[in-house]
Amino acid sequence: MVVKLEVRPLTPGTATGAPLRLAEPLSFWGGFDAETGRVIDVRHPQHGEVLSGRVLLMPAGRGSSSGSALLAEALRLGTAPAAIVLGRVDEIIALGAVVGEELYGRRCPVVSVEGELPEVGAAAAATVRSDPDAGRGEFELV
Amino acid sequence: MSAPATLRLTAEQRAVLDGADGEAAALAMRVVCRMAGVAGASRLRPIASAHIDGCIYFGVSMLDFAERLVELGAEVRVPTTSNVGSIDLIHPELFQGDPATAAGARKLMDAYVAMGCKATWTCAPYQLPARPGLGEHVCWAESNAIVFANSVLGARTDRYGDFMDICAAIVGLVPDAGLHRDENRRGQIVFDLSGLGERLLAADAFYPALGHLIGKEAEGELPVIVGLPGEVDEDRLKAVGASVASSGGVAMFHAVGLTPEARTLEAALGGEPPRRRIPVTAAMVRASRDALGQMPPGTALDAVCIGTPHFSLTEFAKLDAVLADLDPPALAAPFYVSTGRWVWEEARRRGHLDRAERLGVTVVVDTCTYNTRILSEDATRAMTNSGKWAYYAPGNIGVEVAFGSLRECVLSAATGRVVREEGEWS
Repeated sequence: MVVKLEVRPLTPGTATGAPLRLAEPLSFWGGFDAETGRVIDVRHPQHGEVLSGRVLLMPAGRGSSSGSALLAEALRLGTAPAAIVLGRVDEIIALGAVVGEELYGRRCPVVSVEGELPEVGAAAAATVRSDPDAGRGEFELV
Repeated sequence: MSAPATLRLTAEQRAVLDGADGEAAALAMRVVCRMAGVAGASRLRPIASAHIDGCIYFGVSMLDFAERLVELGAEVRVPTTSNVGSIDLIHPELFQGDPATAAGARKLMDAYVAMGCKATWTCAPYQLPARPGLGEHVCWAESNAIVFANSVLGARTDRYGDFMDICAAIVGLVPDAGLHRDENRRGQIVFDLSGLGERLLAADAFYPALGHLIGKEAEGELPVIVGLPGEVDEDRLKAVGASVASSGGVAMFHAVGLTPEARTLEAALGGEPPRRRIPVTAAMVRASRDALGQMPPGTALDAVCIGTPHFSLTEFAKLDAVLADLDPPALAAPFYVSTGRWVWEEARRRGHLDRAERLGVTVVVDTCTYNTRILSEDATRAMTNSGKWAYYAPGNIGVEVAFGSLRECVLSAATGRVVREEGEWS
């Protein structure tokens, strides 16, 4: 099964990784540990999951505005998701990716599907291609 | 860089992007323009002031960014206040974490002062004497400050975060998007409290529990609360706001009859019908309160923590009244109150702290007990009256939380064990 979707590009880059679809919104701040790359929000159903290198699908961001710093920090430490696919635009997450690139030259393309996230089933890999300047974004599940 | 195609810049803004105001302003403008693209804004708009959340130390990237800006000669262009840092600069000995973090925290706070930010170090800038008015555009970061500015003050800020806050302060501009625009400030989902009894609405712990419930239910829609009593004060609205922001990422709510853009339900909804209407029941609020953290009465506590968001002058007066009423001879559990340095000085001057200080209450300024290491390393159980503290402390500092009213917090601190008063909730 191959799924290909047009998505709204928020921050630039191309990345591939194993997809992980979060059942609930996540706040990176207070919900994610940049040292280990794990979800640490004890109320989150996927508490303990490792996000590093994954193509992370999440319905939305949530909570504190310090989330950007956690994502930038994860880019510095190499524990960030490979790419983030949002259900709706989240400025705090996009900003973390923008600053991570300004400071460390490492990209985490962020896109939004502007609606229901696709199911990922047992897919082994997903690719995100995002070019906000050209207005082009794509999510592909293999 | 070229600006996003959807964004129109003035000649002056374009010049800043091209480096006319120096490299720091160019970097700041690059970030602001990128984010304008993300927000789908077609132009930038000036702001009157800013509040910076980026001064709390969560690792090297934050210090890297602030120090890069300082090196490049950054200076804020609008009056700018600072949110909490990771250490109490007035009582640095309270910090129990490792010295490297303390050193990083201090360097980060110094960097923001070097860029011209005021050393207010509070998450409740709305408690300072100068605060933005109705309709004023600002760039405020920190989720509880954002929701308070939009909802209670009627000022206009979008959900800004670390990095964007200082960039906007440096260029004095934000994207014309989100909650800066009328069409995005309309209420969409109505929470109807008319089925709740007066005693519940008068209960202290009702407000964080209500906020937690609304945040969970809102799903990105702007909440309108109908049926709050007219005498609800800013402390209680602060508690609602902090909780809706924690559990739901909500950046604004309306409370009909209380908040300035909600004189009537129709005004709050902007003339449109609501998308959903949720009748709130006592059972829902009780479940929400319990979800914030419960422990059986009698459970031994390692600490009691209040003041999240920062304790206000009126809250210090309320604490003093509860202490006077209960008159505990001593406190068996360490008791912490987090507040801003300005409120602390003022509360002290007014004598609100005499009784608390005699009982050994620790006042923490410039930072907060739930996001930095103030509690001892072996503390495992803590009580709070804050929905926000209850929400984040388990992840941040690894404690189990009991949530209760201010009075329950004091009673519990006095015995060192969880005390519950079910009165208003039964």
